[in-house]
Amino acid sequence: MDGQIQIGMRLWLGVVGVAASLLLLAPAEAASGRLLATGGATSIEGAAGGGLVPWAVISGYTEDDQFGGTVTLSRAQVDDYRLDVTAAAFSYGNRFEFSVAQQMFTLENLGAELRQQVIGAKYKVAGDLIYGNIPQISVGGMYKRNTRYDLPQAVGSERDSDWEAYVAVSRAWLAGPFDRTWLANATIRSTRANQTGLLGYGGDLNDSHELQLEAALGMFLHRSLAVGVEYRQKPDNLSFAREQDWMSAFVAWFPSKHVALVGAYVDLGEIAGARNQTGYYLSLQASF
Amino acid sequence: MTSLLKLTSTMLVVSAMAMTLVAVSPSARANSLYHDLGEREGIEILMEDLLLYVAEDKRINHHFVDIDILRLHEKLSEQICELAGGPCVYTGDDMVTSHTGMDLTNTDFNALVEALQKAMDDRNISVGAQNRLLALLAPMHGDIVGR
Ligand code: HEM
Repeated sequence: MDGQIQIGMRLWLGVVGVAASLLLLAPAEAASGRLLATGGATSIEGAAGGGLVPWAVISGYTEDDQFGGTVTLSRAQVDDYRLDVTAAAFSYGNRFEFSVAQQMFTLENLGAELRQQVIGAKYKVAGDLIYGNIPQISVGGMYKRNTRYDLPQAVGSERDSDWEAYVAVSRAWLAGPFDRTWLANATIRSTRANQTGLLGYGGDLNDSHELQLEAALGMFLHRSLAVGVEYRQKPDNLSFAREQDWMSAFVAWFPSKHVALVGAYVDLGEIAGARNQTGYYLSLQASF
Repeated sequence: MTSLLKLTSTMLVVSAMAMTLVAVSPSARANSLYHDLGEREGIEILMEDLLLYVAEDKRINHHFVDIDILRLHEKLSEQICELAGGPCVYTGDDMVTSHTGMDLTNTDFNALVEALQKAMDDRNISVGAQNRLLALLAPMHGDIVGR
């Protein structure tokens, strides 16, 4: 177990190191070929999107043959729990994204914590967020693992790592209702993660991948400020406690192509027996 | 949770209503865009500002060095005026013809959009009018990029 954690740590440090050096390599000027906010923010699993949902958008502002990246710190604080996320993403053009995220979930009443690492890749297969007749369609995959498995195992998780795959569709309307720019996203994910994987993968009630629907709708008040809502359907695999879908209402501010700040109200439902977990979410992203 | 559902459905209903309104009188709305852009004179100033921002932008200014910039200003102004519902007739070449051989990229196109956004900000053009103009220009992307 200890050895496993060490390997995990080394793998993690390696991945972060690679991401960091790629970021340093990317010239600041190179990654500015897309319009403001078209890379979205960074979701809790590291993929570009909203807060809870990965969208079809590619992280950052890379277009054509540019490459660049983002680093993000996020926190969700609800009644009995806190989620802290450190994430980095590397992107090539408006085409490909590679992301890593490290999650720490603190059970404040128990003085315990859960840990998950997520490595993700996303590829735009067709369309565009703004131009042409086809919405932006991307496929993505995530490899998730618990780097602490004591609690997930105790509550009945079947395994400490797993794969997920998703298809996401995003489209913006430049002059939608109220002459404002609107963005809609729908994502279908194949998953058997318990509480997104923080409580392991698979359980006694269900141990196979299921398709879950996730969605987002946002409106830009002006081109650097958006408000919106997100919804994330989740499986319910463990008999020890009920799991519910997640929702959020967010405000996203893009003061420049280098910074994005997201604040949200989140409703995470029932988690490990504690009901009505609501609170705030904050996320700060830097792009290169 | 229910309140969020309500919020979502409210937003959807409101958007549906707004879309219906938008669909009612397209010509009146296009004409009001012409007005919001400051009519012929405002559009000419706007296009001048646009070209000044383009000239400052290292990503794209090299495309504009050896051209008849006065003609471009005149044609652009006519085109935007006509698009916005104003009493103008565009007399220039079509978009495919005028951009063929330039091998323009998405970055180029977005850079031009950003120049236009800055120029519109400077002229205090409302967010709504900015969005309506951009929505009229975005469909030209396919005729302009990669030719
Ligand atoms: C929606 C976007 C665009 C619109 C509405 C537009 C419109 C026009 C118009 C009306 C002309 C004049 C045609 C004529 O002379 O008859 C023109 C020419 C030109 N455009 Fe664009 N254009 C767009 C995008 C771009 C982009 C992205 C670039 C480069 C970054 C560009 C570079 C040029 C150049 C260099 C000319 C002059 C060609 C010449 O005189 O030889 N345009 N454009």
